[in-house]
Amino acid sequence: MNVNYISSLIMVILLFLIAYIGVEAGGLQVLFGIIIPYAALLTFIIGFIYKVVNWARSPVPFRIPSTCGQQKSLPWIKSAAFDNPSTGGGVLVRMAMEILFFRSLFRNTKCRLNEGPMLSYEWEKWLWLGAIVFHYSFLTVLIRHFRFFLEPVPVCFQWLEQLDGFLQVGVPGILLSGFALLAAVVYLFLRRVFIPQVRYISLASDYFPLFLLMGVAISGILMRYITKVDIVGVKELTMGLVTFHPTIPKTVGGIFYVHLFFISIFFAYFPFSKLMHLGGIFMSPTRNLANTNREIHHTNPWNYPVKVHTYDEYEDEFREKMIDVGLPVEKGIEAGTAQE
Amino acid sequence: MSNEKKMFDGGKVIAGLIVFVILATFPFWYNHGKAAPIPEPKLTEKAKTEKVCILKKELMKSEHMQILNDWRNTVVRNTNRIYETPEGKRYDMSLSNTCLDCHSNKADFCDKCHNYVAVSPYCWDCHIEKPKETKE
Repeated sequence: MNVNYISSLIMVILLFLIAYIGVEAGGLQVLFGIIIPYAALLTFIIGFIYKVVNWARSPVPFRIPSTCGQQKSLPWIKSAAFDNPSTGGGVLVRMAMEILFFRSLFRNTKCRLNEGPMLSYEWEKWLWLGAIVFHYSFLTVLIRHFRFFLEPVPVCFQWLEQLDGFLQVGVPGILLSGFALLAAVVYLFLRRVFIPQVRYISLASDYFPLFLLMGVAISGILMRYITKVDIVGVKELTMGLVTFHPTIPKTVGGIFYVHLFFISIFFAYFPFSKLMHLGGIFMSPTRNLANTNREIHHTNPWNYPVKVHTYDEYEDEFREKMIDVGLPVEKGIEAGTAQE
Repeated sequence: MSNEKKMFDGGKVIAGLIVFVILATFPFWYNHGKAAPIPEPKLTEKAKTEKVCILKKELMKSEHMQILNDWRNTVVRNTNRIYETPEGKRYDMSLSNTCLDCHSNKADFCDKCHNYVAVSPYCWDCHIEKPKETKE
C-alpha cells in the first residue's frame, strides 16, 4: 500500500462516480456532455500555449552539451553528427529520433551491485518498449476517434481503422490499439509499483494519469465490445460539439459520459502536469540546441552592462600619488595629462 | 511571467504553437460548423408491414453486429440454423435470407449509419446485396 497510488486510484474512482451518478441519477447530461468538454478543450489549448510561451521566455544561456557522441572539433577526429550535432540539420535528426523513436529512453540501462563487489550495467529495454507501445497505440486510438468528429470521414482515417482491426476477430472487430494501450498503461503502472527504486521516486502525479488512462481505455473497450452504446447517438453528440450546435441524444447512457468525462479531465489536467512533455520535448534544451559551445561565442542573455574601472582609468586617477610614493606607472605625468 | 521578458526563438515557437492550435482544433474548421444530418435508415414496405424486427429496435441498433457474429458462429460451428427470440418466434439464422429479406435496401438501410460512423463491416466481403444476387 502506498499513499501515492491509492490516493490517485481513489481520485479516479471518484471521478467515475461523479460522472456516472451525475448522468444516471442527476440527469446532468448537459454539464458532462457539453459544458465540461468545451471547458476542458479551452483549458487544454490556452494552458498549453501559456506553458510553452512561459518556457520560451526562459533564457538558455549556454548550449548544454549532454550528448552521447564525439563533439565536432578537428577534421581528423570523427564526430557524431546526430548524437552531438553541430548544425541545424543534425539537431533536426536528433529531435526526430527523440520524438519518433524515444532514443534517450532506448539508452536506458540497469545498474546493479553484484557480489564481489562488482558493478554491472545491463541492457534494459522494457521501459522503452512499454513507452513506445503506449504512445503509438494512444496516438492510433486518438486518430481513430476522429471518425466521431468529422463528417464525411476522410478515407485515410478509415484505412487506419482497417489496419488496426486487420485481425478481423468478431463483430464489432477487435481493434488492437485499444488493448495495446490498456496493456501498456497497466505495465507502466506495475513497473512503478514493483521496482523499488521507481516506486521511491513515483508521486501521485505519476499514478493519476495512468489510472485516468486506464479508466478511459476500459470505458471505451466496455462500450465497444460489451455494454454497447448507440454509436449514431454518440456521433450526434460529438458532431454537435465540433459544429457548435450541441445536442444531447436521449439514447446514450452513463458509461459514455464517464468516458467523455475522463478524457475531458485528461485534457484539462494536461497543461498542469507531466503530460506537458508533449510540448516540452520540443523545448528541451539538451536536445534542441546544436553543440556549438566552442565554435561560436555565446553571450549570456541576462548579462547587464557592468560598470568597470580599468587599470588605465585607475592610473589616470592616482598617477600623481603613485609617482609620489615611487610606484611604477605606465605613462608619465606629461603623457598622461597630454592625453586628457 | 512578466511582460517585459521576450521570447527566445520566438519565430520557431510561435510557428510550432500555430501548428498545435491548427491540429487541436482540426475538427472545428474541417466541418465548417455545419452539422451533417443524422442518418435515418429507410424501411422497405416489407419491413414496415412486419412492424417488429427479431428484437426491439433499440436492441437491434446496438446489438445487431453481435447477433450476426453469434449467428455466424452457431451456424458454422454447430450447424444450428434456427434462432428463437425471447417471444418464441423462430427465424432462419441468415444475413442474406432473413435480414436482407426485409431490409433489401442495403444502400438506404445498412450503409446509412455505417457510412455515418465510418465503419466498414466485413460482412459484405462475402454476402452480396440482394438485388445483385437476383440479377446474376
